[in-house]
Amino acid sequence: MSESNKDQRELIHMLHDTQEKFGYIPAHSISQISRELKISESEIFGVLTFYKAFALKPRGKHLITICMGTACHVRGAPMIIDEFERKLGIEAGETTEDNLFTLETVNCVGACALGPIAIADGDYHGQMKTREVDEIIKKLKEGKNKDIE
Amino acid sequence: MMDEFSAAKLDEIRAKISESRKVQKTCITVCGGTGCHAYGCLKVAEAFKDEIKKQNLQDSVDVRITGCHGFCERGPITVIQPEGIFYQRIQLKDIKEVISETIINKKIVNRLLYTEPRTKEKIVYEEEVPFYKKQKRIIFGNNGFIDPTDINDYIALDGYKALVKVLFDMTSEEVIADIEASGLRGRGGGGFPTGKKWEVCREVNSDVKYIICNADEGDPGAYMDRSLLEGNPHSIIEGMIIGAYAIGASLGFIYVRMEYPLAVKNVTMAVEQAKRLGLLGESILGSEFKFDIHIFRGAGAFVSGEETSLMASIEGRRAFPRQRPPYPAQEGLWGKPTNINNVETWANVPLIINKGAEWYSEIGTKNSKGTKIFSLVGKINNTGLVEVPMGIKLREIIYDIGGGIKDNKKFKAVQTGGPSGGCIPADQLDLSIDFESLTKAGSMMGSGGMIVMDEDTCMVDVARYFLNFTQEESCGKCVPCRIGTSQLVEILTRITKGKGDEKDLEKLIDLSRSVKDGSLCGLGQTAPNPVLTTIRYFRDEYEAHIKEKSCPALVCKDLIIYHIEPEKCVGCLLCLKNCPVDAISGERKKVHVIDQELCIKCGACLDVCPPKVSAVSKYTGKKRDRILKKASGQRVKK
Repeated sequence: MSESNKDQRELIHMLHDTQEKFGYIPAHSISQISRELKISESEIFGVLTFYKAFALKPRGKHLITICMGTACHVRGAPMIIDEFERKLGIEAGETTEDNLFTLETVNCVGACALGPIAIADGDYHGQMKTREVDEIIKKLKEGKNKDIE
Repeated sequence: MMDEFSAAKLDEIRAKISESRKVQKTCITVCGGTGCHAYGCLKVAEAFKDEIKKQNLQDSVDVRITGCHGFCERGPITVIQPEGIFYQRIQLKDIKEVISETIINKKIVNRLLYTEPRTKEKIVYEEEVPFYKKQKRIIFGNNGFIDPTDINDYIALDGYKALVKVLFDMTSEEVIADIEASGLRGRGGGGFPTGKKWEVCREVNSDVKYIICNADEGDPGAYMDRSLLEGNPHSIIEGMIIGAYAIGASLGFIYVRMEYPLAVKNVTMAVEQAKRLGLLGESILGSEFKFDIHIFRGAGAFVSGEETSLMASIEGRRAFPRQRPPYPAQEGLWGKPTNINNVETWANVPLIINKGAEWYSEIGTKNSKGTKIFSLVGKINNTGLVEVPMGIKLREIIYDIGGGIKDNKKFKAVQTGGPSGGCIPADQLDLSIDFESLTKAGSMMGSGGMIVMDEDTCMVDVARYFLNFTQEESCGKCVPCRIGTSQLVEILTRITKGKGDEKDLEKLIDLSRSVKDGSLCGLGQTAPNPVLTTIRYFRDEYEAHIKEKSCPALVCKDLIIYHIEPEKCVGCLLCLKNCPVDAISGERKKVHVIDQELCIKCGACLDVCPPKVSAVSKYTGKKRDRILKKASGQRVKK
């Protein structure tokens, strides 16, 4: 492989690192990566917006992820996401105005036995019911996010 | 340890490990798969360790967090070896009793055993649980014995023995001949004969060649590759080294989804351990062969599971697929010959080398050899990962292994092959599970997702779900895929809202064909399959949505209402209190009523209504219209 290829190969790794460090990809990081790898900023922008892993805006304090896998879907995941959207007043993919919550969906987390699943700040809530949505939001706000089984 | 590592030394190590484990020491294995993680298995394992220390049993009892056992429905799972006592849904409060009763007094704790739902029989041993009985766990079976973070566990179970055999006793031609003779076909979905694929790549003249392990398991509802990577990463690494030797590759990549953090962690650790033991790197086991593996974390794009997209992604670009030929075997990564196989395919390789192609080819059907791991999920009693011989009947998987449909509902269909596959209806339950039969039924083997659907699943909604998925994941390169899929979603959405037109079905079929024909890669070529198979087998459901504006499965929100039966309601206020939009009125001990205009159809009332009362029902079609008419009449009277 030629030297320039090698540089481009580092791009996704670097974007991962940046995302992990800041929680999103800040503009100054794009410029910095561009200088380091000698790739244009527009090219980097193209790559990072292609992949779901990278965000251009910071997320809220709490992250709620809803699994939209097929198993979760047939077990009622759409009702769960509707309820979160309604309760938080945002659509999936958005962050509340007070920057407290970000609501995201994921294609499948592969914990299908527990579907439908909501993941609140890394904690799995399995076999979700719509009426449990409120409780999860409340507990996150109070900083008491423990597994509600 | 790294210096002068040789095959003889590997045997020595294996002997040493076996010796140290010879004493039949009790070992409490706790499943550490992602499902059990979510159930809190790590705390369970910690509690076992604490209790063992407290009872001063450290010398006679080990605790091991192993790979996934597959029976996710019953997690957290604990198996006590060597007896194989199977405890399920184990909680922290149970730990003390397990130690005092089972470990010290050698008695079984009945309440933690698995109960066979039909016979109500309690089952003590793992191998006797019906979920496992009909399986043939040749690839997946070791997961339950191995601590995936410890290479010694793998070596003790004859790990890297196949590699020694290949490096010192076989030529690359012989390896390929063996794999070809075994009949192994790619487990990622395509089903291309693995040996042939290797041979093509081997024959290309090039100074540099690459191999790739495709662990970008993107199909929603499929997670067997993750469980293998998490639970037995060395089996994949060994398979890759053997493949690299056969092909003549010097560098390999494992492209793994970033959504699987535990898999990334375990496989990274495994590669490092293999390097330290001289199983990767320069002059492997003292031979002249050199090979290394890099881990590449995906970044969340379904299309990167397609081989040419995946390579673009490794090169640091957008995961756009490209025209084939040239095939990756001719021009792959950075233009060099590249062989790409799926996780499960690689895991099959050491087994074939160890046990022989003949042994392997005796499992399965004429054209589909070996076993296949499926993730059996959805409306099924025993959710989990099942490894079955090819050729098994669908019925056996769903009823004998899966324990039938949840809540005694009626089986409607099973969806295989992920977003590229299709739905197989109830009248084909006796279908043989192999590459050809599934394709003939309009679906495909795919990577192994098997999503069970019951009478409460709306097939139009399922088709819309999948098309929505592929439309979002379409990379946008080919116009028919980019625009066609969003048109399909639009029509399907219209139908689920009761605004479908009688011509819509023909439009769907027509458009589906154009998308199939006009797309470059597998994503677009197969994206319409869920639409086509659901129309083929469940046309009546589409027609009900279009003509009667009704959803027979009571799923599509716009076509159903929630209704409280006045003769059943006891006036307990539960639904009223739980309604998020205050659409329910009533008083204690008086019948409650849903205001249909305010109702958002969230289903909270149905959830909370006590089962013995079950006053809340869903209605569609004519019955719905009657109720609505009556309600609006009452409103006018008021």
